[in-house]
Amino acid sequence: MRRIGIDVGGTNTDAVLIEEGKVAGAVKAPTSEDVTGGILEALAALGRTGIVRQRRVDGVMIGTTHFINAVVQRRHLTKVAALRLAMPASASLPPFCDWPEDLAEIVRGGVWMVEGGHEYDGRPFMPLDVEAVRRTAREMKAKDLKAVAISASFSPLDPSHEKDAAAIVAQELPGAAITCSCDLGRIGLLERENASLLNAALADLARDTIAAFEKAIADSGIEAPLFITQNDGTVVEAAQAGRLPVYSFASGATNSMRGGAYLSGLQDAMVIDVGGTTTDVGQLRHGFPREANSVVRIGGVRTLFRMPDLMSIGLGGGSHVSLDPVKVGPLSVGYRLLKEGIAFGGRQLTATDIAVASGRLTLGDRARVAHIDDVACTRVFAEARRMIEETVDRMKTEAGDVPLVAVGGGAFLVPERLEGVSRVVRVPHGDCANAVGAAIAQVSGECDQIFRDLPRVEAIARAREIAADRAAAAGADRSTLSTIETEDMPLAYLPGNSLRVRVRVVGDVAAA
Amino acid sequence: MPLREISADDIESLAVGAWVLGTGGGGSPYLGLLNMRQLYKEGHRVQLMPADELADDDWVAAVSNMGAPLVGQERLTDSRTIARAVALMEEHTGYRFRGVMALEIGGGNGIQPLMAAAHLKRPVIDADMMGRAYPEAQMTSVAVGDLQPWPLTTVDVRGLEAVVQKVPTWKWMERVSRKICVEYGSIASTCKAPRTGTEVKRWGIHGTTTKAIRIGHAVREAQRRHEDPVAAILSVEPGKVLYRGKVVDVERRATEGFLRGRTRFEGMDDWRDSVMELAFQNEWIVAWQDGTPIATSPELICVLDTVSGEAVGTETIRYGQRVTVIALPPPAVFLSEKGLQHVGPRAFGYDIEFRSVFAS
Repeated sequence: MRRIGIDVGGTNTDAVLIEEGKVAGAVKAPTSEDVTGGILEALAALGRTGIVRQRRVDGVMIGTTHFINAVVQRRHLTKVAALRLAMPASASLPPFCDWPEDLAEIVRGGVWMVEGGHEYDGRPFMPLDVEAVRRTAREMKAKDLKAVAISASFSPLDPSHEKDAAAIVAQELPGAAITCSCDLGRIGLLERENASLLNAALADLARDTIAAFEKAIADSGIEAPLFITQNDGTVVEAAQAGRLPVYSFASGATNSMRGGAYLSGLQDAMVIDVGGTTTDVGQLRHGFPREANSVVRIGGVRTLFRMPDLMSIGLGGGSHVSLDPVKVGPLSVGYRLLKEGIAFGGRQLTATDIAVASGRLTLGDRARVAHIDDVACTRVFAEARRMIEETVDRMKTEAGDVPLVAVGGGAFLVPERLEGVSRVVRVPHGDCANAVGAAIAQVSGECDQIFRDLPRVEAIARAREIAADRAAAAGADRSTLSTIETEDMPLAYLPGNSLRVRVRVVGDVAAA
Repeated sequence: MPLREISADDIESLAVGAWVLGTGGGGSPYLGLLNMRQLYKEGHRVQLMPADELADDDWVAAVSNMGAPLVGQERLTDSRTIARAVALMEEHTGYRFRGVMALEIGGGNGIQPLMAAAHLKRPVIDADMMGRAYPEAQMTSVAVGDLQPWPLTTVDVRGLEAVVQKVPTWKWMERVSRKICVEYGSIASTCKAPRTGTEVKRWGIHGTTTKAIRIGHAVREAQRRHEDPVAAILSVEPGKVLYRGKVVDVERRATEGFLRGRTRFEGMDDWRDSVMELAFQNEWIVAWQDGTPIATSPELICVLDTVSGEAVGTETIRYGQRVTVIALPPPAVFLSEKGLQHVGPRAFGYDIEFRSVFAS
């Protein structure tokens, strides 16, 4: 099994080759404006190590912060037609009603609300107004809108109105990129709708970015299927990822955690990823990051969908440090560390300078930081330790000590002993943990539908078969599939004996 | 004091303060706040009228949204529905309401009267019937006063409207209106039994809208200035810090339509060696410190995020949160023997004598 994992970050593009379960090579290259250049560079660097040549690669897995950065920076976003099926309810709070005004200005292409949607017990709230949907689609066409987000009340319980409306819109607007909120589904109409609006806004960028990835792989001469990593630590084939880019939003952080799990061999642990500006802490369960079950803000928009539960604090290698009183972060010199840090001839005291002064790191010119005494260093490290201890504790869901895997370039800030931590685990290639996490990502398949007149056990078994078929179709090896989530909910008011079942399976990528 | 206009900034404060007075329940005021922002953007304005200004023979509408919070997240509260419940009551009774007041100031229902008032162009009366949030219809000042529980109007946004014309007791009102609400899809906008000016002046809990705005304003100002928001609340309200610590355990169960459970805390700062437990039924009901009950309903037990000062709800509280527990004094009406029968610890099934945390 040979796989290449690539992490396209804001600053660096990292690439690793994993061979028979071991890291065979790891390289870093600067991320390029067009994405393609950085990946080509990284793949070329990996090639120069001689490990890729004339050997089959079973898959290239790419993780990227590209999509979330587009939302945060308000760049490369497409105008979206919002279609909500919930009238006459919720009319006073139309789609985009709680967006930051600047982002709404860019994304809001038009808002339409028609009758439809369901109730909490599965009854239809109102019959879907098919004629109104058709009229709406024609109006979207007249406005030249090509990205559409469709939401309906309680669609995670019964997606039929959204799917029916999507079919009508697709007829009237051939080639439109349509996002249904039920595909991102959680209860909470506004937050689920917001996630689908963001997803639709990324339609063009996702298509172009995935095309750039494919081109980079092809240009590098590697012949292997391309997979994109997702928020939950699994991968999907590139085409599907292009359809649901929001599912790749947090894949960078997730990959770090998954990489930490893989490199340390721990399945249940905390992972701390200390970068230049921020520190992310998350919890692994069975090797996967725990999911957030509350609202996550993205670029100022409240959303609720499958995202890892992470806590970020402003602590990193580039964090500004002041000594009296002692304060570390949240400001940071970021990627300008090698110019602005005192040990590198700059003027800003940073956490890295303290590490150099104390001898914890050998970097830059130690003479420049000789004036910082041990007492000061100890106090700064103590402050970093306090920040880390509190964050780790906040991420726990129950009392008791846990192992902590420390990865990332700023991991020197994590002390060997911490309150609430049984041991701190450091791993080789920890600075490329995100690319490793991408390389080892598995393929998932999900089934989420309503079964009628089947006993519960059979309905769940049937759902698992469907999920397994989907995972296999997405490139998974059937013999490695395991179920990671099963959930069922009876829908009392639907005819017959109705049960909504959701099953998710994961497995390894099948050898090419 | 005459009427005064509620500013857009007051409404932002009201949302924060009503959540604090929700004492863990009452539902988040977020969607109500969004509705009000929208209405103010469209040019609507709402006046606030002190209860003392009512004439004895004025009629006042008391409003609330009832139902499951889960449904409220999919059927977003629409300001016109609560306004319709009030209009329906006017059609049914032939009264013309002088103003609209809250049934419960705590949580999302603290904002409902503003939505109705904006559409109907009437003032909001600065009073409610709980001074906080409570889960049931008989847990109000007007029920303690044995005022007439009927009629009640209920509205569903699809044009379903029902009136409960007569019931013998508040408990019957709770049962019958709950049934209607479930049939609507577990959410209904309601206008409670109309109250006269005399009744509001005698039995209403006065000044609670202003109080919620004052608390919210204190929290938001402290946040802006990076000061201690909990201290800010206690500088405007005669409350008391009971405990500071972190959540170490949460146990929840849904029974008989209520969210019940317990939360355990480990102390920090001055409370380092002490353990606190809070029991809840939608709202925080009893606080034990090291096994001894130190505060109970009707006193307001508020769990606040130590850093932001914002309220932490019983539905969302989770391990590791840093919180400060404070007590605020209850409305006097609930401290009578009859009041304690309605909302004292025994009304929630705890065999504990009520003793005020402010007595010592």
